[in-house]
Amino acid sequence: MPLLEVQNLRAYFHTRNGVVRAVDGVSFSVEKGETLGIVGESGSGKSVTCYSLMGLIPKPPGRIESGIARFDGADLLAMSEAELNKIRGKRIAMIFQDPMTSLNPYLRIEEQLIEPLLIHENLPRAEAVKRAIRALEEVGVPDAARRIRSHPQEFSGGMRQRVMIAMALITQPDLLIADEPTTALDVTVQAQILDLIARLQRERGMAVIWVSHDLGVVAGFCRRVLVMYAGRVVESGRVEDIFARPLHPYNRALQRSIPALQGKGAELYTIPGLPPDVSKPLAACAFAGRCEFAQDACKTGEVALKEIEPGHASACVRVQRGDPFQF
Amino acid sequence: MTAPVSQAAPPPATEPVEAGTSLWQDAWHRLQKNRVAVASFVLLAGMTLACLVGPWLTGQAYDAQDLALGATPPGAKHWLGTDALGRDQLTRLLYGGRVSLMVGLAATAVSLTIGVLYGAISGYLGGKADALMMRLVDILYSLPFTIFVILLTVFFGRNIILLFVAIGAVEWLTMARIVRGQVASLKRMEFVEAAHALGLRKRRIILRHMIPNVLGPVIVYTTLTVPAVLLLEAFLSFLGLGVQPPMSSWGSMIKDGAEKMEEFPWLLLAPGTALATTLFCLNFLGDGLRDALDVRASKD
Amino acid sequence: MFRFIAIRLLQTIPVLLIVATVTFFMVRLAPGGPFSAEKKIPAEILKHLEAYYGLNKPLLDQYTDYMSRLVRGDLGPSFKYENRTVNEVIASAFPVSLELGFWSLLVALALGIPAGVIAARHPNTATDHVPMGLAMAGICLPTFVLGPLLILVFALMAGWFNPMGWDSPRDRVLPALVLGAHFAAYVARLTRSGMLEILSQDFIRTARAKGADSARILFRHALRGGLLPTVSFLGPATAGLLTGSFVIETIFQIPGLGRYFVMAAFNRDYTLVLGTVLFYATLIILLNLLVDIVQVWLNPKLRFE
Repeated sequence: MPLLEVQNLRAYFHTRNGVVRAVDGVSFSVEKGETLGIVGESGSGKSVTCYSLMGLIPKPPGRIESGIARFDGADLLAMSEAELNKIRGKRIAMIFQDPMTSLNPYLRIEEQLIEPLLIHENLPRAEAVKRAIRALEEVGVPDAARRIRSHPQEFSGGMRQRVMIAMALITQPDLLIADEPTTALDVTVQAQILDLIARLQRERGMAVIWVSHDLGVVAGFCRRVLVMYAGRVVESGRVEDIFARPLHPYNRALQRSIPALQGKGAELYTIPGLPPDVSKPLAACAFAGRCEFAQDACKTGEVALKEIEPGHASACVRVQRGDPFQF
Repeated sequence: MTAPVSQAAPPPATEPVEAGTSLWQDAWHRLQKNRVAVASFVLLAGMTLACLVGPWLTGQAYDAQDLALGATPPGAKHWLGTDALGRDQLTRLLYGGRVSLMVGLAATAVSLTIGVLYGAISGYLGGKADALMMRLVDILYSLPFTIFVILLTVFFGRNIILLFVAIGAVEWLTMARIVRGQVASLKRMEFVEAAHALGLRKRRIILRHMIPNVLGPVIVYTTLTVPAVLLLEAFLSFLGLGVQPPMSSWGSMIKDGAEKMEEFPWLLLAPGTALATTLFCLNFLGDGLRDALDVRASKD
Repeated sequence: MFRFIAIRLLQTIPVLLIVATVTFFMVRLAPGGPFSAEKKIPAEILKHLEAYYGLNKPLLDQYTDYMSRLVRGDLGPSFKYENRTVNEVIASAFPVSLELGFWSLLVALALGIPAGVIAARHPNTATDHVPMGLAMAGICLPTFVLGPLLILVFALMAGWFNPMGWDSPRDRVLPALVLGAHFAAYVARLTRSGMLEILSQDFIRTARAKGADSARILFRHALRGGLLPTVSFLGPATAGLLTGSFVIETIFQIPGLGRYFVMAAFNRDYTLVLGTVLFYATLIILLNLLVDIVQVWLNPKLRFE
C-alpha cells in the first residue's frame, strides 16, 4: 500500500471573476521513502495540489470539489480540522518557498521550533528546547544554543530555510512536502539546501514530494516525476523515462527550453503563446492551443492520463492512439 | 544545473498603454456594485438638497418665535415639533444643516489645501527637508489640538470663518502624511522612471501618471475628513463655542435638546438623528470609495 | 533603548516651551480679561486685583515672570478660584478625569479588541458584519448624542442610574460607557484590519502546517502583530479621551479637569487655562512616548532598525 494515494483531486477557487480550476482531476501516489517531483509553470496547480492535501487552501474562495487523498488508510480530504491537526506537523510536514515570510517575525526561533513538539508530543518545555537545539545543529546552524534565542530577521535567507527544515523534521514525519524550497535562495545556497534535504531523507527514510518549476533540480533529486499543466497531470513516470523519452509535447517543449540542454549557439526555444486561463472552459487537452502537433481530436473529446509503457503515462491523445509525432 | 521552465512570454505589444481611464472606470463599476455606498451617496445628496432649498419650503422662519405656543411635539403643522421658544424644529434643522455642511465643506477645503501642499512639497523635496517637515508633523500630532481650537474660539470670538480655519488647521496632518507618502513612493516607482526613459515630457508624467495615483487616496481621505470636521464643529457647538444663537447648527441644537430632553425628547432626537445619519453616510461612502479605488491606509 | 527614551524626553522640553509661549500670547492678546465679565467691580479694586496678579506690568515682563515660575513647576494662582493655585486645582480635579479615562479605556479595549478579533476570523460573514456595523454606529453616534440618550433611557426613564454626579461607583458606569464606546468602535476596526493583515501572512500558513489549532494561531501567532495598529492608536486615543472628557464631564456634571478647563476658558482664567494646556500637552507627549516604547517591545522588527 502506498503511503499516500491521491485520486481525482479537484480544487477550485470561486472568485468574483469566475471559477478558477486550479487543480482539475489529479491522481498520483507516493510510496514510503520515495521522492516524487511535481514540475510545471507558475499557475499549473502544483502548489495548490500540495496545499489541498494539507488542508491549507484558503476557504472561501477555495473548495475541494472532489477527490480522495488516502494517507496511511485515512482520507485527508474528508477529515475535520481537528483530525487534520493531528497529522499536520506530525506525520506530514511542509516547507515553503519563501523563508523570509514563512517564519513568524514576532516570535523567537525557539518558540516556533518547539511548537510542533508542544502540540504533538506534549513535551515539557525544557526538553523541547533541547530537542530543538539538536535539530538546529543537525541542519547546520552554527552556535545553535545561542542563536535559537534570536528572531527570524536576524537570520539570512539560507539560514531561515534551514530553520524551516529543522522545524518541519523535528517530529520525524513520514512525508515531507517541499514547495519550491530553493526558489527564493541564491544558487550556492540552493545546492546546500538540496544536499541537506537529500541527506536527511536518506537518514530517516521519509518520503518527499518536491514541487518545483526547475526541471534541473527535479532531475537530480527525484525518482518519479509528475508534469503538470493547467491543473492537470499531462505526463508521469520515472525520472529517466521522462527525460529520455518524453511522451507529451509539453514535457518535450519544457526540456527544449532548458538552455543547458541545448547545443551551444542554438537559438533558445520558447513555448509559443501563454498558459490558458483556467477560469474559462478548456479544450480537451489544455495544451492544444500551444501545441505544434495539435489535431482536431485534441480539442474535442475526452483526455485522460494513460499508461503508455510500464510506469510511464501520458495524457497526449496522439501518443495514446499510437500516432506518435516526430521529436 | 538550474534551468527555469519558460516563464510567461511578454504580453503582446498591442496591450493598451494608457490605462489611466480604465482604472477610474473599474473603480466606478466597483463603487456602483457597493449598494451601501450608493445608498449613502443618494441619501447624502437628498439631505444636502433638502438643506439648501428646504428652509424656503417649510413656510416657517428659523428664528420666528411663538412664545405662547412653546414646545410642542411633532404634529401636522410642525412636522418635527417646536422648541421652547415655539420655533419650527424642521426649519431650524434644515437651516442648521446648511451651517453644519458649510462648515464641514469649507473646513475640509482648508485642510485639503494645507495638507496636499505640505505633503506634496515634503515628498517632492525628499531628503533632509522632507525629514524635518515630517518630524514637525509628528510633533504636531502629539499635541492636544482640540484644546487650541477651543482656546481660539473662546478668545477670538465665535465667528464662523475662524471656525473653518481653526478646524481645517487641525485636520490637515493626516492628509499631509498620506500625500507625502504617495509622492515619495511614486518618485521611486519604476513606471515613472520608465516614463522618463521613454522620453515623456515632465508635464505629461505629472498629468498622466502622478496625479491619477495621488488622486485616489486624496479623494478617499477627503471623504473621510468631512465627517471628522462635522463632528468637531458639532463638538464645539455643543460646548457652546460654535455658532451662536439665533443661528443654529446641528451641534447647537443637540446642546439645546440635551438640556430639555426630559420634557421634550424630540428636540434631542431630531438633530441627533440628522447628524448621526450624515456621519454614517459619509463614512460608508468613504469606505466604499476606498474599496473601489483600492487605497490602502498607508502610514508613511 | 535608553538613548531613544532620553532623546525623546529632551525633545519634549523645547516643544513644551513653545506650547507655553504660544498659549501665553494667544490668551493675552485676545480681547477681554479675567475681570471684564463682572462689570460691577469698582475701578479701585480692579486696579488692586490687576496689581496683585501682575497684570499691570508690561506683557513681556509678565511672560518672563510666568516662564521663570513655570520652570520651577509653579503654575501660579488661579484668577477665579480665590486662594487656590493652579497646581492645587489640577491636583484635585485631574484624578477624577484620570479615573474616568481609565474606565473608558478599559471599556474601549474590552469591547473593541474581542469584536475586532471575532470579525477578522470570518471576514464578510455575519460574525464580521454585526460587530463592524455596531462599530460604525459607535463612530457615527457622537458622545454628546449618545450620552444624553443613555441618560434619558437608563437614568430618567428606567431609573437605574443617577442622571449626573460622580459619587457612588454606579455613577462611573454611564460616563465610562459613553466615552469608551466611541473609542471601542475605532479599536474594533483597527484590530480587525490588523488581524486580517496578519492572518493573510505566510507564517500563519506555516503555523497551520504545523498542526496548530485556530486558538493557538489566533493567540500565539496573530494577536501580537495584529494588535500593533491598535497600540499605535492608543496615543491619539488617550488624547481623544481627554478632549472627549470635556463633553462627558459637562453632560454628567463630573468635577474633572476637563470641566475646569472649559469653564476657565469661558472665564478667561489665564493661569488656569495655561496651566491646564501645559499639563495636557505634557501628559499626551509622555503617553505617546510610552506607546512608542510598547510598540518597539511588541514588534521585534523595529528593534533591528
